[in-house]
Amino acid sequence: MAAIATRQADSRPLSHFAGILRSEFCKFRSVRSTLWALLAAVMFNVVVAVLLAIFLPRALSAQQQATIDSTRVSLGGMHLSQVAIGLLGVLVITSEYSTGMIRATLAAVPRRRLMLAAKMIVFAVAAVITGIFMSFAAYFVFQAFLPGDAMRTSLSDPGVLRAVTGGGLYLAVLGLLGLGLGAIIRSSAGAVAALFGLLFVPPLILTLLPPSWQDTVGPYLPMEAGATIFSVQQEPNTLAAWTGFGVFCLYAATALAVAFALINHRDA
Amino acid sequence: MIEANGLSKRYGPTLAVDDLSFTVPPGLVTGFLGPNGAGKSTTMRLILGLDAPTSGSVTVNGRPYAQYQRPLFEVGALLEAKTFHGGRSAYNHLLCLALSNGIRRERVGKVLGLVGLASVARKRAGGFSLGMAQRLGIAAALLGDPPVLMLDEPVNGLDPEGVRWIRTLLKSLAAEGRTVLVSSHLMSEMSMTADRLIIIGRGRLIAQASIADFLDGGPGSFVRVRSPQGGELAALLQAQGAAVDCQPDGTLRVTGVTSDTVGELARANELTLLELSAHQASLEERYMELTRDSADYQAAAGALAPGRK
Repeated sequence: MAAIATRQADSRPLSHFAGILRSEFCKFRSVRSTLWALLAAVMFNVVVAVLLAIFLPRALSAQQQATIDSTRVSLGGMHLSQVAIGLLGVLVITSEYSTGMIRATLAAVPRRRLMLAAKMIVFAVAAVITGIFMSFAAYFVFQAFLPGDAMRTSLSDPGVLRAVTGGGLYLAVLGLLGLGLGAIIRSSAGAVAALFGLLFVPPLILTLLPPSWQDTVGPYLPMEAGATIFSVQQEPNTLAAWTGFGVFCLYAATALAVAFALINHRDA
Repeated sequence: MIEANGLSKRYGPTLAVDDLSFTVPPGLVTGFLGPNGAGKSTTMRLILGLDAPTSGSVTVNGRPYAQYQRPLFEVGALLEAKTFHGGRSAYNHLLCLALSNGIRRERVGKVLGLVGLASVARKRAGGFSLGMAQRLGIAAALLGDPPVLMLDEPVNGLDPEGVRWIRTLLKSLAAEGRTVLVSSHLMSEMSMTADRLIIIGRGRLIAQASIADFLDGGPGSFVRVRSPQGGELAALLQAQGAAVDCQPDGTLRVTGVTSDTVGELARANELTLLELSAHQASLEERYMELTRDSADYQAAAGALAPGRK
């Protein structure tokens, strides 16, 4: 056996996990879909902010301009960019299954939960950074393109800094929800359908239910709860900002917890 | 060294692997042979811990695969289906795998050179031909310079030059003392490379032996003898426990003893031998004979003939 070079790699647990993190970051950055999804998300946010800043004030009366939650309006592009980020969160894991890469991945890292944790961390960090960046970009661009001062806000106004930062956090958590669902469902189409079904369908169903339901259940729906974090004004029948965001995080945490529980018990 | 002990895997109603026990020793190329659907790929997935066995166990160098923190240093595997993201370049694919096991970056370039993909290292792997994809898989298997290699149908899709490259590679890896397990459904391929064979059919072990042992003693092997004193010789051979069959052309077809025994016996009894030859069944014949009952998808004789309704 003399011909076989035995190289004992550093076996401390921390450096082991660092290696897995680097591996997951390498995967994340080395496919084009990542760049496209992040770029699309940023573009949606910024372009929609520009359009809203130019056209919305003309459509609103002076009184409406004074009372509207203009910070939330400036983040209006999030309705589109959340699709891009959600899709990316799903694909980060389901593309491994659809391409067969998962078998190489798990053969290299048999401790599957470490792999999933590393994937989650890499995605979360990237999504928080881009999310917050695009949220601030949209906010400032909106302010810059506003024709008058009626809808102008400042980051030092109460709740504004929280809402703009929160927009980024909302996108990151939404992406993590997608990652969790992707890890459970393991098919891109199925997980995308589940993610956007979970976000968009319950509000539609709710409108068919009696008003008392709308008041009690409505605030806890994922999108309703999550939207509180990027709103400055609290609407009636919604949760307080951080409470709502906490509920939204619970959805993502539940999906991820199920994914972590399942991953060791399924054939790859 | 790979050791399987009573390994079974059930997928719903199908028993893909059924109580399989075998050993793959180091220093040899072990051929893993069986008809399509015999359970070869499933067994390899069980070895890698990708699928969990329904019962039984399998270890690589004494430990279950999942216990290795950096398994690429222990086992290199090429699986049958593609195991890379087509959007990633060959270099990045290998780099991602290398990083997870703390393998140095330089090694990636080295294995790419080793399998002849250096010139396309930065190209997206999705555009690779089947043969290039196989080479990329082999590069991944060699990343950790592991003492155990496991390749599922490695010659699939390779051109003749590639096939010869694989054969040479496998032999040289085994000669370095490594454990090499190669699956194939073609005996002809295995006869060119393997030193030992593990044959399975319908998930069960059919045979496990060196190529030489595998050929000996099979019903296809016999000794052909021609002698003017054929009757006398036949009686002597039968007394030795051999089975003797007199052929219409006057030769004897002897089974149960080696040609050496026949020659010595003839000399001791001063009998003339005009012809003495040992006939071995070809590997292909032995293989067909062993797996006839266990081929899952066999064309029934006449199945394609125009029949009546």
